[in-house]
Amino acid sequence: MRVLVVILALLAALPLRAEEVVAGLSQDRVSLTVNFEGSDILIFGAVRREAPLPEDSALDVVVAVEGPPMAAVIWRKARRAGIWVNTERQDVRAAPSFYAVAATEPLRDILSPEADLEYRISTRLAIFEARGTIDARDPAAFTEALIRIREREGLYQTHDAAVDLQRDTLFSTRITLPKTIVEGRYAARIFLLRDGNVIDEFETFIDVRKAVLERWLFNLAYEQPALYGLMALALAVFFGWGASALFRLLQ
Amino acid sequence: MQVYLPIAETSVNAFTLLGVGGGVGVLSGMFGVGGGFLITPLLFFIGVPPAVAVATGVNQVVASSISGVLAHLKRKTVDLRMGLVLLIGGLIGSLIGVWFFNLMSRLGQIDLIVQLSYVIFLGIIGALMFQEALRALLRARNPKAPRRKLHTHTWVHNLPLKMKFRASGLYISVFPPLLVGMGVGILAAVMGVGGGFILVPAMIYLLGMPTKVVIGTSLFQVTFVAAFTTMMHALTNQSVDVMLALFLILGGVIGAQIGTRLGMKLNAEQLRILLAMLVLAVAGKIAFDLLWTPAELYSITIPGRF
Repeated sequence: MRVLVVILALLAALPLRAEEVVAGLSQDRVSLTVNFEGSDILIFGAVRREAPLPEDSALDVVVAVEGPPMAAVIWRKARRAGIWVNTERQDVRAAPSFYAVAATEPLRDILSPEADLEYRISTRLAIFEARGTIDARDPAAFTEALIRIREREGLYQTHDAAVDLQRDTLFSTRITLPKTIVEGRYAARIFLLRDGNVIDEFETFIDVRKAVLERWLFNLAYEQPALYGLMALALAVFFGWGASALFRLLQ
Repeated sequence: MQVYLPIAETSVNAFTLLGVGGGVGVLSGMFGVGGGFLITPLLFFIGVPPAVAVATGVNQVVASSISGVLAHLKRKTVDLRMGLVLLIGGLIGSLIGVWFFNLMSRLGQIDLIVQLSYVIFLGIIGALMFQEALRALLRARNPKAPRRKLHTHTWVHNLPLKMKFRASGLYISVFPPLLVGMGVGILAAVMGVGGGFILVPAMIYLLGMPTKVVIGTSLFQVTFVAAFTTMMHALTNQSVDVMLALFLILGGVIGAQIGTRLGMKLNAEQLRILLAMLVLAVAGKIAFDLLWTPAELYSITIPGRF
């Protein structure tokens, strides 16, 4: 019911265009609390249409959720004197810390390479290698490895046919944020596609924040490291000494 | 139940953490070892980034040795003078270790360095413990076997800048204890251990200290070096995770109490062989990971994160 009200409100606020997309999120805040185990976000929306439904082309919806981009270094191991050592590196200027793409059909079938380049929708195009610092012989393999590793950790996701589009109007999909996500503003972009081209785009945000205690500890560690270190020591002394004193009392 | 670790920025099962802390605590209570050399690699195995595991492991060492050092101070079984010389060496070593640790982190080789140190030191210690335990077993069966001479004069005793250590009944150069302390400080910073497993044999066999002050004095040095190293890691690379430390410490202090009581009931000498085998198994697992062709040749590091 709430979902429907949100959609209707969004629809009413739209300016006129042939086909437009509006969307909402089941939650726009994620709190990284002590027992955070990951989170499911429902992304839903509707297509608003002024003209009659075109007969000759199919409508597709793509949802891309992107976590804060970060620099990274990708290492490749090689065997040196019998053991496996990091030997070659490739720097990445910015790679999203989280990236999930869900679509009504496999991306390559519904998105033209030109549109992909312009809007940077597929995972590969969301990663920006650092030019000039490439000392690897095979830079593409490094970027593929980055995607492969993060896919395995659930940080990069590609879901073909995961967006449920009903009667060319209502759509919804579910994106799972794993427990290892970092803090920051996550952008959810929703694209409306026809004939391989993007005909409309909608953007909304999810705020991922550490909960109060975790936030406080993290800030303290980076902003007041001396105080934080003393606190860690005080805890250790208190529990280390306290436990044995307690057990002695119990005897 | 999952716990979110604010510094490591990942979730770990709370019972796994309590289990690691508690299990190692039982062993440390039973055998009188610090246990840092088991906690840190076990943390690697459950997916805690090595930098966080090392810095937090060393924080846990403070908790596991503080009550011991207080008890020994009360009983006056600490050679304070020797302890201070070892400590000065330890602080210098810790500074070198933390510097080296941060340098290797920047070069992307810290995981390798930590793993290699573990293979080497756990391998040596495990082998020595195994041999020692076997010998103790044989001695128990055959009490007439020759015992090892405790106090021998070696080259160590002929260096300059001699100092009197009354509690230990020694008149030796300050360089050997300084160097021993320094070595232990480096290990504390790089491996996240107390270093008692190196310090105790070095004090007995290298410095020739009497056994009655060895444990107290080593605990004294280890506690302060671990505290200093925790501070240095917190100050230079922010890798101490107090949430992680809290669970390890809680498990550890309770486990240690259980272990102490178990140790009195069971034949610890025989169980020592099991501890030696456990240490060797951990060393073997890390060695295997370094030698075996990894399933994934690539890895990712994020500058400024773990």
